[in-house]
Amino acid sequence: MSKVEVKNVYKIFGPTPQNILPLLEKGTTKNEILKKTGHSVGVNNASFSVEQGEMFVVMGLSGSGKSTLIRCLNRLIEPTAGQVLIDGQDIVGCDKNTLIEIRRKKMAMVFQNFALLPHRTIIDNVAFGLEIQGKNQEERKEKAQQALELVGLKGYEESMPTELSGGMQQRVGLARALATDADILLMDEAFSALDPLIRKEMQDELLSLQVKMQKTIIFITHDLDEALKIGDRIAIMKDGVIVQIGTPEEILENPANEYVREFVQDVNRARVVTAASIMKRADTLVSSKEGVRVAVRKMKEESISSIFVVNKERQLEGIITIDDATEQIKNRKENIEKILNRDVQTVSPDTLIEELIPMVLNSRYPLVVVDENRKVLGIIFKASVLAGIIGEEDSDG
Amino acid sequence: MVRIPLGDYVEIFIDWLTDNFAGFFEGIKNALEATINGFEWVFSTIPFILMVLIFAAIAWKVAGRQTGIFTGLGLWLIGSMELWNATMQTFALVSTATAIALIIGIPLGIWMSRSNTLDKILRPVLDFMQTMPAFVYLIPAVYFFDLGPVPGAVATVIFAMPPVVRLTSLGIRQVPKEVIEASRSFGSTSSQLLYKVQIPLAMPTILAGLNQTILLSLSMVVISAMIGSGGLGDVVLKGITQMRIGLGFEGGLAVVILAMVLDRITQNLGQKRA
Ligand SMILES: Nc1ncnc2c1ncn2[C@@H]1O[C@H](COP(=O)(O)OP(=O)(O)OP(=O)(O)O)[C@@H](O)[C@H]1O
Ligand SMILES: [Mg+2]
Repeated sequence: MSKVEVKNVYKIFGPTPQNILPLLEKGTTKNEILKKTGHSVGVNNASFSVEQGEMFVVMGLSGSGKSTLIRCLNRLIEPTAGQVLIDGQDIVGCDKNTLIEIRRKKMAMVFQNFALLPHRTIIDNVAFGLEIQGKNQEERKEKAQQALELVGLKGYEESMPTELSGGMQQRVGLARALATDADILLMDEAFSALDPLIRKEMQDELLSLQVKMQKTIIFITHDLDEALKIGDRIAIMKDGVIVQIGTPEEILENPANEYVREFVQDVNRARVVTAASIMKRADTLVSSKEGVRVAVRKMKEESISSIFVVNKERQLEGIITIDDATEQIKNRKENIEKILNRDVQTVSPDTLIEELIPMVLNSRYPLVVVDENRKVLGIIFKASVLAGIIGEEDSDG
Repeated sequence: MVRIPLGDYVEIFIDWLTDNFAGFFEGIKNALEATINGFEWVFSTIPFILMVLIFAAIAWKVAGRQTGIFTGLGLWLIGSMELWNATMQTFALVSTATAIALIIGIPLGIWMSRSNTLDKILRPVLDFMQTMPAFVYLIPAVYFFDLGPVPGAVATVIFAMPPVVRLTSLGIRQVPKEVIEASRSFGSTSSQLLYKVQIPLAMPTILAGLNQTILLSLSMVVISAMIGSGGLGDVVLKGITQMRIGLGFEGGLAVVILAMVLDRITQNLGQKRA
């Protein structure tokens, strides 16, 4: 079961939204509807689901309906039609008390302009959600304290929000959301009001918190770079419609239509495409058991001058060159260990091209992509990095 | 030109009210009388010197040393003019009127902030209440409540209440939308939203309303003395009717000092929390 499931959600602003639904189903555009009926289409038939632990980004230009969509998820805005299932429970149809319970226990929201309570200290702001739930003083204080420490604001408990910088205030906003232990975080342009450096810092921090906490996050942004950096999957919205959903790379590689293509064409691919998608399959490896002769034969077959050596678990041992190998064979002293060069540059599959460039330039050999157990996943040549940047890598990776 | 007998209608309406609600007005009268007397008893039982010190200390605490000293000297001056008892009568009347204005005005303001319809209805009514020459309220007030401090308090409440209603509503409407959303997104009920977010954030504005209400109440002091409310207004009236310029000046000065003291204190209450 998905953590959050959105099924055919519509939101139409105006006096008689129900009358507009049939028009939308017939395919009348947002503009025509606005002109003819004065109704404003916020969300038009949105469907998607988000899994536990996933970071789902919704992006689109201003007015595309992102804020409306995310507010339909906790019914800050009442959807005109459709279902929103949280852990399988439909919140669109549920009564007021159930809704309040779900808001208290299951989801927490972070806002663009922080939305802190100016008359409360930082710790009391962070404890707000717990206070609303009727938790006692001790528990509030303890949980709020933990959340503050998590976002790196220990020591600011008794400060007032206006005494903090924007970045710090948003950490408070984040801590307030984390303090309630809700599984689902709704973040509406949470970093958009911050200046670029702080913003990048917050993105990195969110990513590292996410590794620890595995929340289900729905993150709104109008910034494609931000979407690509933090999203596991991205939904692109236009005029209230979700035009494409996919992983960052899927969206870059196969834009669903002209709108998306225009969106992504200016992206700095070096900051998005990862080692995993440009690496070549590592066909030509030699196991240390197979010995020097096999290695030489393989190199000759492939007409290459060096070959990577792995153990029987396919974990990287090092590299040997054809010159050293033939030398050994000539001297009849075959011993792979002696000529093995263990100083091989390895990278993880999610390394960005940006980071690969200096490595591949400084390394005599191709880079090896390995998983956390040093198991070989693929190989990256100088040429594949170049192809990756200009977007022409073939897809055998 | 046709004369529309609006005045007649008002008279008929007022007659109807007195005929049918005599008991109701009697109850209000008694309650108000008790409140005013209660305040007056407290204020006049506390010895002069102690009262001056209490005021000065409060002023010092909320508005700083200078205001504290000014308050002490000002009130002492009132005492030395032998106007202390009259001042405490006036203060009792103002306190009663302000308390009632708050008790009615704040809930009304909250309601008005939540309903655009009520807002549309109340706006002109409030303008009317505040711009109508205050003398006009004396007539129905006397009609229903005789002479004395009670009709004075009633007329004062009507004239002085609008700012508290208006500014309560304004203060609540000014709470940023995102903060309201934040509160709701964490699962607040509407009363949690009201008491933990809207009222605290609107408090500086509500206190500004309180401040205006107090000053408007004080501006009614002389007018309500005309229907027998006593206090400093009476002193000023005597000055006018008996052509005693000195007495009139002293009475007026005492009103000004009381007004400044109350103004400085309430004004700074608002700023402290902002
Ligand atoms: N309360 C409302 N009444 C009428 N129309 C509304 C209302 N709220 C939003 N809309 C309309 O719905 C559409 C989507 O607005 P929304 O705020 O969701 O966009 P957004 O993608 O969040 O934009 P931004 O990036 O500017 O925040 C817009 O056309 C907007 O005019
Ligand atoms: Mg928005």
